[in-house]
Amino acid sequence: MLHADRPTVSVAAGKGGTGKTLFATSLAVALNEVQPGQVQLIDCDVEEPNADILLHPQIAEREPVKVLVPEVDLDTCTRCGRCAQECQFSAIAVIRDAVLTFPDLCAACGVCAYVCPVGAIAEVERQVGIVERGMSPEGIHFVQGRLSVGDQRATPVTKATARMVDVNMISILDAPPGTACPMQESIESSDYCILVTEPTPFGLANLQDAVETCRRMELPCGVVINRDGIGTPGVTDYCTAEGIDILLRIPQDRSIAEAYARGETLAHSFPQWRDELVDVYDAVCKFLRSESTLTT
Amino acid sequence: MKIAVACADDNLEAAVDARLGRCANIVVVETDTMEFEVRRNPGALAGTGAGVAAAQLVADAGAVAVIAGNYGPNSLSAFAAGGIKAYIGAGKIREAVQALVDGKLEPVQ
Ligand code: SF4
Ligand code: SF4
Repeated sequence: MLHADRPTVSVAAGKGGTGKTLFATSLAVALNEVQPGQVQLIDCDVEEPNADILLHPQIAEREPVKVLVPEVDLDTCTRCGRCAQECQFSAIAVIRDAVLTFPDLCAACGVCAYVCPVGAIAEVERQVGIVERGMSPEGIHFVQGRLSVGDQRATPVTKATARMVDVNMISILDAPPGTACPMQESIESSDYCILVTEPTPFGLANLQDAVETCRRMELPCGVVINRDGIGTPGVTDYCTAEGIDILLRIPQDRSIAEAYARGETLAHSFPQWRDELVDVYDAVCKFLRSESTLTT
Repeated sequence: MKIAVACADDNLEAAVDARLGRCANIVVVETDTMEFEVRRNPGALAGTGAGVAAAQLVADAGAVAVIAGNYGPNSLSAFAAGGIKAYIGAGKIREAVQALVDGKLEPVQ
C-alpha cells in the first residue's frame, strides 16, 4: 500500500550496532524540521527498544498486546494426547498424567481447543507486551513496542507496533537488527527499506543478507554507510555491482560518536546534516514515484 | 522398565547424545531384555519447541526415565511434571543404561 506522497520507510541493518537507530531518529528529526508535526517514528525493536534514548518522548498512552493461549481443565481432560499431537509448535504436551502448556511457544492458533474431543481446552488472554505512544519535545509522533520481560515471542508485539503506521504521516520504522522474522514483520508494512551498514567485510556480509531478504519480500531498498572511511571499499563495490543506491555516507567522526553517546541525533547536534537527511527521504520518494509510473 | 536415550545413531554401541532436544534419534531400551527401538526425534529439525517435542516422544514411548548429556528448561519441566526421571549420561548407550540400572547415574535436580 504505497502512499505516493509520504511513503513509509523502514530502517534496518543486518546486525546491531551499525548506527541504525541513530540514522532512523536523525531522519525523523530532520524531516520534522521541514514538516513539523507530520512525522512518526515507530520503534519496532520490541526486544530492545532504544529510539527513546535519542528522542526523549513523553509517553501518553499504553496499550497492552494480548494473545490467546490455551488453558486446560484437568478434571475434564482424559489425557488422550490429541492436543499435543496436533500442535505444530510443541506448545502443549501430555506427559503421562500431566498436561503442560508453554505459552512462549504458543502461536495462539486455537488448533488444540478445536481438536480436543471433550472440550477441555479454553482459550484465555495473556499479555505479551505493550505498545506505547507519545510525543518527542520537538513534536515527533513516537511509537514503541515492548515485549514483556521473560516472553520470547516477539511476533504479536512487533505486528501490533508496526500496525501503528499512519499513512497520512511520514512514518519512519526502526526495525530490529538481523534478518529474522521480527525484522521481516517490521519492514513488511513499509514501502522502502533503508539498510544501514558499516564498510567492513563483516558489514558487507550482513548487508548482503539484508538485501536478499528485501528482494525476497519484493521491497525496494537502498543503503546508508555509517562510519564511512574505515574498512574496505567492498560495500561500495557490491552496491555498484548490484545496482543498489547508496543514499548517504556518514563519516567516521569522533564528534558524531560523542554526540550519540550524549543521547543526541545527528540532526540535533549537526544542523548541517539536516538537508542531507531530508534529501535521503526525497530521493526515496522520487525513486518510488518513478517505480510506480513504470509499473502502472 | 523402559529408558529413553538421546542418540545421534541407531544402536546401543553408539554414544549418548549431548542434547535431548536436538538429537537425531531417541533409543528406547527395555532394561529387562536390552531390546530396543529407535524413534526419530521430531524436534531435531524444529526451530523452537524441540525440547517439548522430545519430551512428548519419551512419554509416548512409555519410558519412565531418560538419559541425555543435557536438557533444556522446557523438557525438564515436562519430565518433572510427568514424573519421568531425567539423568545426565555420556559414553556408550549400553553402558549408560547399565549404569542407570545399577544406580550409578546422577538424576537432574
Ligand atoms: S493454540 Fe495452537 S500453538 Fe498454542 S498450544 Fe494450541 S495448538 Fe499449539
Ligand atoms: S485433547 Fe483434550 S482431552 Fe485430550 S489430552 Fe488434550 S486437553 Fe486432554
